Amino acid sequence: MISRYLFQALDKRAFWVAVALMVFAVLVPLLNLVVPDGHPLHVPDYLVGLLGKYLCYAMLALALDLVWGYCGILSLGHGAFFALGGYAMGMYLMRQIGDRGVYANPVLPDFMVFLNWEKLPWFWYGFDQFWFAMVMVVVVPAVLAFVLGWLAFRSRVTGVYLSIITQAMTYALLLAFFRNDMGFGGNNGLTDFKDILGFSLQSSGTRAVLFALSALALAGTLVLCSLIVRSKLGKVMIAVRDAESRTRFLGYRVEHVKLFAFVLSAMIAGLAGALYVPQVGIINPGEFAPANSIDVVIWTAVGGRGTLIGPIIGAFLVSGGKSYFTAAFPDLWLFALGGLFVIVTLFMPKGVIGLLGQLKGLASKMPRKNADKPLPAKPEAAE
Amino acid sequence: MSLKERKPLLYLDGVSVSFDGFKAINNLSMVIEKGEMRAIIGPNGAGKTTMMDIITGKTRPDEGSVFFEGDTDLTKHDEAAIANLGIGRKFQKPTVFESHTVMDNLVLSMKGKRGVFSALFHQEDAQERNSIADILEIIRLEHRKDALAADLSHGQKQWLEIGMLLAQDPKLLLVDEPVAGMTDAETVETAKLLREISRNHSVIVVEHDMSFIRDLDVKVTCLAEGAVLSEGSLAHVAADPKVIESYLGR
Ligand SMILES: Nc1ncnc2c1ncn2[C@@H]1O[C@H](COP(=O)(O)OP(=O)(O)OP(=O)(O)O)[C@@H](O)[C@H]1O
Ligand SMILES: [Mg+2]
Repeated sequence: MISRYLFQALDKRAFWVAVALMVFAVLVPLLNLVVPDGHPLHVPDYLVGLLGKYLCYAMLALALDLVWGYCGILSLGHGAFFALGGYAMGMYLMRQIGDRGVYANPVLPDFMVFLNWEKLPWFWYGFDQFWFAMVMVVVVPAVLAFVLGWLAFRSRVTGVYLSIITQAMTYALLLAFFRNDMGFGGNNGLTDFKDILGFSLQSSGTRAVLFALSALALAGTLVLCSLIVRSKLGKVMIAVRDAESRTRFLGYRVEHVKLFAFVLSAMIAGLAGALYVPQVGIINPGEFAPANSIDVVIWTAVGGRGTLIGPIIGAFLVSGGKSYFTAAFPDLWLFALGGLFVIVTLFMPKGVIGLLGQLKGLASKMPRKNADKPLPAKPEAAE
Repeated sequence: MSLKERKPLLYLDGVSVSFDGFKAINNLSMVIEKGEMRAIIGPNGAGKTTMMDIITGKTRPDEGSVFFEGDTDLTKHDEAAIANLGIGRKFQKPTVFESHTVMDNLVLSMKGKRGVFSALFHQEDAQERNSIADILEIIRLEHRKDALAADLSHGQKQWLEIGMLLAQDPKLLLVDEPVAGMTDAETVETAKLLREISRNHSVIVVEHDMSFIRDLDVKVTCLAEGAVLSEGSLAHVAADPKVIESYLGR
């Protein structure tokens, strides 16, 4: 049986989290659509949207964990892959509007008519096809990650320098997408979407389906990542993270290992972005802001890097905290976030997941077994 | 017949390298035959480790050539390529993957395809399990096979790294100070193990421990200031006045 196989091949915790996500994928839409309004178990529309958004964030954090937690590549630009996936989806949704826009142009999106463009730029071709847009959702981030990673890993750029390059990448894209003549709606981005595959984005049904798809996509990528990190390749990735140069002397091509992880991670991030955009109804250059990418690092660190499920928990906790704080105490959010990050770095190097492990260890008063591979106290100095 | 035609396993010719003007290796030439085990001695800073760095592609020589199996120019390859040509290395400071178990350290080292996708779809087979079990027995770490490498003692790490070399099964083993930090009994065992290995591998061993070198009972090269000072049997080298003056006599 497949599920039996997965149970053995996966980390037990990853297996159960994936199962829980699948239950979530069915349960939340049911409680939203079937349980009547006013019933205590009814999940209101806004909450479906909010949780759906968090699921996409969690997927982005999972993507970062694959490269940072397992391969030691601290990307400070993962938001860019997310945004690119989001733009690819946004372009499809724009083309779906058709002649229902303000200017009623059957082909050109409103912002192009406004800019007096006569025809669709070549890079918008094909985006009226859903399948094409979905391919681009993963291909565009993958190509960018491949080119950047190939250049950087081949020249053995590591550590802080690599982080700075990724941060510069997202910043450069931010500036580029702000420009009107880039052809992506400039400052305003892409919005006013009407429907997806013919289903209205305003209907609760469509939104419930999008939520379910996000939960399933997160479960699927969690299973995929878990299979990867438990394979021999996963062991090589950890070896690269802890002792990059030693790994080379065993004959492994470190740059290929990193490139694989980086490209796959960018594809997952792109998919997360594509699921995010129809749920929030807009994609604009703000998604490329360096601060967004740093948020992802915080979610991952808070949840516990190198654990796959930690970052998922971190994304929910921190974004949930943000939603709460910004409503209740708008001025305090940044301080709370900064404080949280300091506390986590100083006292919880393995994040929430590590803390749970410690508590469990204390409770049973037993020495902790080496079930998970902890991060080494001192990584190998860059040579 | 010239050296190149005779195809010795390893052939260094006029190799020099300097770091910020300091010549760590100075016009070094050396030949290692197939199946040979060679012991290298010499004072601290003689360039022994640097020589291994050059052979394994970590350091590029400024001058000179390094040929493997006659016609492969090692100076044109990087670390991974050289490892895949069949040159394995144990580092002076034992370097194992600390957050992996002893077992996984061996799994990672096991001879085989090194590509990303072969690693991704790798399935451990009975043959691999058996070889790993054999190696665990040889390096006496069976009882610690599920321990994290970080939790091993210094001597055990040395043995694990030798085990990783065995798993790699290279044609040429470069072993830098294998008995540092070992007890006398462990040192004797290590010499025995290396002699065993040398029956079907070529080996270069760097060591300061003279009783260990004596146990190896092979041709010795003494390096000093980046060049060969003396070469021959241990008795010959140990009696060489230059060696006594710059190394043994001190
Ligand atoms: N990467 C480097 N950069 C600068 N100097 C270096 C480098 N590698 C080696 N050296 C210098 O080259 C010289 C030779 O060093 P090497 O490590 O090869 O000596 P060794 O013979 O292995 O000594 P030991 O017996 O102490 O291990 C030393 O003076 C060392 O400081
Ligand atoms: Mg040395």
